[in-house]
Amino acid sequence: MPDGKKIRVLIAKPGLDGHDRGAKVVARALRDAGMEVIYTGLRQTPEMIAEAALQEDVDVVGLSILSGAHMTLFPRIMKLLKDKGMEGILVFAGGIIPDEDVPALKEMGIRAIYGPGTPTGDIVDFLRQNVQ
Amino acid sequence: MFDRETIEEIRSRRSAWEADTIKGNLKKSPERRDVFITTSSVPVERLYTPLDVQDWDYLRDLGFPGEYPFTRGVQATMYRGKLWTMRMFAGFGTAEETNARFKYLLGHGETGLSVAFDMPTLYGYDTDDAEAEGEFGKCGVAVSSLADMETLFDGIPVDKITTSMTINGPAAIIWAMYIAAAEKRGVPRAKLGGTIQNDILKEYIAQKEYLFPPEPSMRLVVDTFEFGSRELPLWNTISISGYHIREAGATAVQELAFTLADGLAYVQAALDRGLGIDDFAPRLSFFFNAHNDFFEEIAKYRAARRIWARETKERFGARNPRSWWLRFHTQTAGCSLTAQQPENNVVRTAIQALAAVLGGTQSLHTNSMDEALALPSETAVRIALRTQQIIAHESGVTNTIDPLAGSYFLEALTNQTEREVYDYFEKIEKLGGVIKAIERGFFQRELAESASRYQREIEARERTIVGINDYVTEEPPSIPLLRMDPEGERKQRDRLARVRAERDNEAVARTLEAVRHAAQGQENLMPHFIDAVKAYATLGEICDVLREAFGLYREPAIW
Repeated sequence: MPDGKKIRVLIAKPGLDGHDRGAKVVARALRDAGMEVIYTGLRQTPEMIAEAALQEDVDVVGLSILSGAHMTLFPRIMKLLKDKGMEGILVFAGGIIPDEDVPALKEMGIRAIYGPGTPTGDIVDFLRQNVQ
Repeated sequence: MFDRETIEEIRSRRSAWEADTIKGNLKKSPERRDVFITTSSVPVERLYTPLDVQDWDYLRDLGFPGEYPFTRGVQATMYRGKLWTMRMFAGFGTAEETNARFKYLLGHGETGLSVAFDMPTLYGYDTDDAEAEGEFGKCGVAVSSLADMETLFDGIPVDKITTSMTINGPAAIIWAMYIAAAEKRGVPRAKLGGTIQNDILKEYIAQKEYLFPPEPSMRLVVDTFEFGSRELPLWNTISISGYHIREAGATAVQELAFTLADGLAYVQAALDRGLGIDDFAPRLSFFFNAHNDFFEEIAKYRAARRIWARETKERFGARNPRSWWLRFHTQTAGCSLTAQQPENNVVRTAIQALAAVLGGTQSLHTNSMDEALALPSETAVRIALRTQQIIAHESGVTNTIDPLAGSYFLEALTNQTEREVYDYFEKIEKLGGVIKAIERGFFQRELAESASRYQREIEARERTIVGINDYVTEEPPSIPLLRMDPEGERKQRDRLARVRAERDNEAVARTLEAVRHAAQGQENLMPHFIDAVKAYATLGEICDVLREAFGLYREPAIW
């Protein structure tokens, strides 16, 4: 990041599940680390998430899901971001995501996947090092 | 408990102990930490003595099991008479797969059923709804119509076994399906025993599976109270739940305070309808979490019983002792499970389950070791069930009632928990009650703050979680995970299509219209739901009628 500009992050919850503890803990940790954080709230469709990323002009989108619907919803979000010209945005994800799904998710451009037990500092460091 | 002279003697000996024995000892070997805290970040003293329970009155504060204020347990003989119900929360994929899991668990000694529904079902959508895409069977079993419910309980003796169903927004409709499925098999509704969770207030607070705004949601809940007290005397019409509040980040005190506040709000709502407290209160049940901190959890359950007994008796004037009982189910803490070294979760769960038993639970679910990774495999769930059986039959803790009573630490912690719960009651009342507090984001803020603090404590290594911030290994977990039938969703969609094609669509339209009419008016909706599900109107169709009549609820996201 150029000096002085804060990293802008959208934390989004696609799908139906209401488990928002992790999303909120990560949102707070990123804010405490000096980033500007927008949290979408629950039950966001892929369209709503892509639109919010565009409107808010964010550098990063963090997706949180624990329902198991990630293999259906994440590809759509990635496609919509691309369609709206946001290929440059860094996307990471967290929740209950089986290891076997990780290669496919990385293939579609999700840069990092964080499971339970991840120190929030790891996410902060990753974003600082990788947001251009 | 102690006369003034003895207390003074203990006080002076305790001061001397601190000055002489402890001081000398600390010089040689300092304590491991400056402050020792519980899982809920409550500081714990070095030692507890009679000084910490000076005002304690055995007969007033504890009494005897089966008697007011029930601190020592609601049943007179507790586990000497009957063990708790071993009730494993289960559900995934199709009704067939979950039915097979139920039979597997019953075959291994489970004594009650507990149904987990998938996300679309929890939100009142059918499997073929656009909103359901990608979610089928992932977090539980899909039940879109009576046909699914019939398959789910096929070959299971619903007249003999009790069934708990974790369903909230559409609870009344799912309950109607269970009643209809049983009646089709010739089991009268009055013989059915079980529980619907039906606790919408904690959905707004924590779990977030709400459909409608608070007011019509509360009306649905009271409809079930009224209907149940009239027609299903053995059914628990609600399971007032702290579990999800805790999982969302609450402390033990917040879990208990918010849950009991919800309970009091339901009682008030039913009284406002004109129901008699002793007609519905005996069928109110509760559901708590069992987290890592052994004594903190036991104190929570004991305080819970005492507070509820006092409030129902003193505040609401209930006369039937059954109305004073706080009966509860416990689930070990899902949020305490680690994805790292998952085998360790067996040990965590055993300790948590032991706390629930020592706290006097009526029913228990033990989590499987693989649940931070996926839904439980057969092997993992069997070990979890065996954990309960080992506690019940090998540990000896079931031989006597409330064996930890009289522990200075536990009694002091029970009293402290109770006081702090009343502090929260006062705060909530000042905000205008539970629903107003929800609308103002009070609970969301409290939970977000506690969850964040817990995470910071782990990262600052103020608390140790084995395998997370200490005793870490690099090897990936290597336990086998559940595989679901890849054809499941297609089978479910086929069944749903068949139901829509074969049912009497005029009867469906007629019964849905009756639901709409009742929803717009005042009458109890339960009989209309039963008529509609018997005509094979689907869950989604009935909920669509209600969504139209009641509107939707969206929360402000507060973090």
